[in-house]
Amino acid sequence: MTQHTPHPTSDPLGERRAWMAVLARAGADEIAALLPTLPPHERLRAPETGLVMVRGRAGGDGAPFNLGEMTVTRCAVRLGDAVGHAYVAGRDKRQAELAALVDAALQDPARHDALMAAVIAPLSAAQQAARAAEARRAAATRVEFFTMATMR
Amino acid sequence: MYVAVKGGGRAISAAHAWLDETRRGDPALPELSVAQIEQQMGLAVDRVMAEGSCHDRFLAALAIKQAKGDLIEAAFLLRAYRTTLVRFGASEPVETSAMRLRRRISATYKDLPGGQVLGPTFDYTHRLLDFALAAEGETRAAAPEAPAPVGAVPRVTEMLAREGLMQREATDDAEPGDLTRQPLAFPAARPVRLQNLARGDEGFLLALGYSTQRGYGNAHPFVGEIRVGHVSVEFTPPELGFPIDIGDIAVTECQMVNQFKGSRTEPAQFTRGYGLVFGHGERRAMAMALVDRSLRAEELGEDATAPAQDPEFVLYHSDNIEATGFVEHLKLPHYVDFQSELENLRTIRRSAVAAEGARAGIAEAAE
Repeated sequence: MTQHTPHPTSDPLGERRAWMAVLARAGADEIAALLPTLPPHERLRAPETGLVMVRGRAGGDGAPFNLGEMTVTRCAVRLGDAVGHAYVAGRDKRQAELAALVDAALQDPARHDALMAAVIAPLSAAQQAARAAEARRAAATRVEFFTMATMR
Repeated sequence: MYVAVKGGGRAISAAHAWLDETRRGDPALPELSVAQIEQQMGLAVDRVMAEGSCHDRFLAALAIKQAKGDLIEAAFLLRAYRTTLVRFGASEPVETSAMRLRRRISATYKDLPGGQVLGPTFDYTHRLLDFALAAEGETRAAAPEAPAPVGAVPRVTEMLAREGLMQREATDDAEPGDLTRQPLAFPAARPVRLQNLARGDEGFLLALGYSTQRGYGNAHPFVGEIRVGHVSVEFTPPELGFPIDIGDIAVTECQMVNQFKGSRTEPAQFTRGYGLVFGHGERRAMAMALVDRSLRAEELGEDATAPAQDPEFVLYHSDNIEATGFVEHLKLPHYVDFQSELENLRTIRRSAVAAEGARAGIAEAAE
């Protein structure tokens, strides 16, 4: 359940990757609803939708191959000294800009802890709850071979 | 050969206006929203994403609406749209062993770690029309839940490989060929074949896979494992230099286990046919796995005699967008071509008649 919200202050890159993963899965409205007022930011790269070629591996663990593309929207902003980046699945430009903005703000030590608590933690909890609910549904469809066990 | 034909403009715009009207259907009925198609025609959306080779549920649903439910036309629309977008790069290979599973079944082991998880499946339904669905507004009971186990769900192929009974995949990390950048060329390496099959026409793959089971290719496949669920996609933006998780996609994976009699250098063992497709597309992933394995005939030193073992036949004809383009182009004006054929035929007829007349003349003269 804590898979995507580690707080390893010893691993700032790991922590940044984790919050970017949470923001990539959060809707624009969800982020906006939690985001406190921030000073104006500068767009370094306006939100832009493009494609990422998704790769798989032959046999699941062999040589890489091109499976097909997915839509991805990216954005880069500057907030104070920090540059925030976002690459998020789909075509929601507002989500990409908000994700880049939060990424920038989280790099500011003065804002970091409050934003983690106010924005990332609740988004992450909601995403984990949705995953857990799906896992419980899958578990309910797990086959129990109770009669076969006595026949072996 | 086509000729420029003028004068159809008014007819074409009237035809398209009528097309729009027939798309809408009876205006007394509520219009379908793209969100409704995305949610309630989910497997059609999955097929269009797979054959359109672009994972975007909303765009696929919009294409289905625009195409009036013609899924090949919808895949065509999606492929056309993707050409308008820039390519940011390629992802890290998705880790299907870490898939968040909705469904996972094996036909080779009854009891296996992680168990048999049926998920939302048509299997074991009676295929009787459910007239209750015709009564709209009905609420159905929520699907039951059970405590989710936390244990690992190892791959069946890995379990066999550890015993030395399953051939390991080549793990060369070479940059794979890309059919969206380079046209198909032969011999086609396995990564290119897999890309071709992943976006191939489901009906074509299904028929070819079926043919291998019926004796055209001598396959004895088992479903080692089918997985349906979500995987995270990681991408390394050049400006960041480290991989970031950009979101989830839905995929279906099939590992088909096939026997291999061995060779001088390799002992008898199992080999894999592999299927991986966007969305929930089990039939498609299974058919892809069957055809992937049959296309490995040459690599494995097997006789390649059946259509499904012929890479040129399979890979040149699997793409329904190319196929529909070439078949349907026959509808376009071929007036000049046809005039020349007509002229040709008349000339042949005339000379045949003339030759007949000449022969008759000679016979008469001889009498």
